[in-house]
Formats: sequence, structure tokens, C-alpha cells
Amino acid sequence: MPKLLEILLASLLINNIVIMRFIALCPYIGMTNDVKQSIGMSIAVSFVMVLASTVTWFLYNIVLVPLDLKFLQILVFILIIASLVQLVEFYLKKAAPALYMAMGIYLPLITTNCAILAVTLDNISENYTFIQSIVYSLGTAAGFMLAMILLAGLRQRIRTSAIPHFMRGNPILFVLSSLIATAFMGFAGLIK
Amino acid sequence: MNKALSIFLRGIVIENPLAIIMIGLCSSVAVTTSVANGIGMTAGMVFVLLCSELIISLFRKVIPGNIRMPIFIVVIAAFTTMVDIIMQAYFPDLSEAMGVFIPLIVVNCIIMGRVEAFASRENAGHAVLDALGMGVGYAWVLIGMSVVRELLGNGTILGFQIMPESYQPVLFFVLPPGGFLVFALFIALNIALKKLWLGQDYKGGK
Repeated sequence: MPKLLEILLASLLINNIVIMRFIALCPYIGMTNDVKQSIGMSIAVSFVMVLASTVTWFLYNIVLVPLDLKFLQILVFILIIASLVQLVEFYLKKAAPALYMAMGIYLPLITTNCAILAVTLDNISENYTFIQSIVYSLGTAAGFMLAMILLAGLRQRIRTSAIPHFMRGNPILFVLSSLIATAFMGFAGLIK
Repeated sequence: MNKALSIFLRGIVIENPLAIIMIGLCSSVAVTTSVANGIGMTAGMVFVLLCSELIISLFRKVIPGNIRMPIFIVVIAAFTTMVDIIMQAYFPDLSEAMGVFIPLIVVNCIIMGRVEAFASRENAGHAVLDALGMGVGYAWVLIGMSVVRELLGNGTILGFQIMPESYQPVLFFVLPPGGFLVFALFIALNIALKKLWLGQDYKGGK
């Protein structure tokens, strides 16, 4: 049990996937124009992330390991993620049109979201058990959401600030991220 | 000839993939803590980009439009797997240091973007030039960043001591906050270069 809590805290705060590991920077910069949009994107990512770690964990341990096909893992995982996203899209369209309207536009973007592939590969390289990999993907998803909302909130605040000409637009976002990352460094000692 | 030259030059400043289009950031900023990593990442990335663009461009007439995305992904994933296995075999230290970021080349939006927007429409020669231009644009930002971060954060370049002995390394630059800050400065630099190239000023005029 303490091990699970440790994984959760580490993936949420100490090794926050966006701020500390620089993974999934594209949606972090591209989708944080307003808070609502960033929440929609984070929910879609969390959903696919947990689903993808479940499927890839079983597939890796039941199919790829016995057949000695470990070297195919990148190829297989990315195809799994792409088809999962497609299936989720079909299902939502049919079963929950309201949810589809809210989440639909973000789904195709998720296929090329580094965070999902990174989490599935981490689950394998860290030798997590099934429960541990689910906890890890939940923690990472929550960490992703935290980072998205933090930046989206800050972006609303700086909209009216006087920023030097050469830093307008994208450069100032990375300066902001740098400050957020400095704050996150404080979590480093949370787990011995 | 003029068109070929402009395809090549475009990727370096005006449409720099990292600093202007802002794609493919995920696996890029993280590895710039040392120059060796930066060079390794650039080599892997450019290899995959070049091979994928060439292959897709050669086969563009036989790939059915409806299922082109999965085909692109399979081609890119195959080359990425090759890079991953070659790095593990010949450069184990580098492979260890970069970890998950080599497999992440698959989902690097630069490759998917260039393949979709360019290689699937143009002939092989232009596709290779485009890949090389984008590669140079990628390389100067990535290697430049890793030089700044390793020099200030560790006092070395490629492991050789450059700064005088009395220099106290600024640890900030090898940690994540420093990465974000240095990247912000490189984007600002690239925007300034683009303005200079196009002869504009910051007010948007010519």
C-alpha cells in the first residue's frame, strides 16, 4: 500500500509529466488558451491514458513476452493507442452524444500525444504490476490536468500585462513554465 | 533550382519546427541537459524524418487516401524502432541517458506533420530537401540549447572543462526550470531572426 501512494505522489507532483519531464508539451502550450478548453482536453487524455495502460499491459505480458516479440513494443503500442482512440470516438458518438460534443474535438489529437505512449512504455520499463500501472496512469493523468489548469489560469492573468515586445506570444509562456517548474522543485523532498 | 533552395532554407528560420511552429517539443527540450544528448537526439530525429519522408514520398501514389494515417504511423514507428535498437547496441550510455525519449520520436509531431503536409504530395527530391532543412532548423535550436545548458550548468562542453576552475556551476540550468527558460530565450531569438530575415519590425510593418 505505501508503495502505491508513493507511485501516485511521484507521478502527480515530484515527477510531474509536463513540468518536470517535458512530455506532452504540445497540448500544454497549444490547448491552454482558456481554462474550460484545457479541462476538456485533460479529461479526454486521462480517459484514454488509463484505458491504454490497461490494454497495453495485458497485451505486453500475455502476448508479446511469451512470443518473444518485445522489440515490437513501440509499433504495437502506438497502433493500440490509435485504434483505441478511434473506438472511443465511435462509441461516444453512438452512446453519449453530449459527451462526444464536449470531448470529440480533442480525441483525434490524442493519438499523437506523447504522454500516453510515454506512460505505457514506463509501465513496462518500471516493471509495474497491473494495479501499480493503473495507479501510475491515474497519477500521471491528474498531474497533466494540474499542469494544464495552472498554465491556463496564468495565461488569463497575463493577458493584460505589459510584456516586452520580443517576449510576446510563446516565449513568455515558457518563462511562466520555468517559474511553475521552480515551484514544483519544492516537492522533490516529499518522498525519501 | 530556386524552388529547391527555398524548400531547404524555409525550415531553418522562417518555419523552424521547434521555435516557430512549436511542434515536436515533447522529446526535445528534455534531452538538452548535455551536448552529447542533444547531438544524439538530433541524429535519431533527423534519421527518422529523412527516411520517413523519402519512403512516403516514393510510395505516395499507391497509398490509399483513407488509411494514410495508420500507414504513416507504421512507417515512422518502424524507423524509430531501428534507431532505438541501434542506439542500445552501439551507444548504450546515450540510450540509457535518453530513456523513453527515443521511442517518443514516433509521436513527434514534426515527423507526422511534415509527412502529411509535404512528403505525401511532393516528389522524393523535394521531400529529402524538406527533411534536411527541417533537420538543420531542429539541430541548431536543440544543440544550441544543450551547449548553453551544459556550459552554464556544468562548466563543460561534451565533457571537456571549458570554464575556469573557479567557476561555480549554476545548477539551475540543468534542472527543468532552466530548460524552460533557455527554450524561451531561443524562441525569442528565433522570432527576432525571422523578423530580420523578412525585414519586419515588432510593430508588424515592413
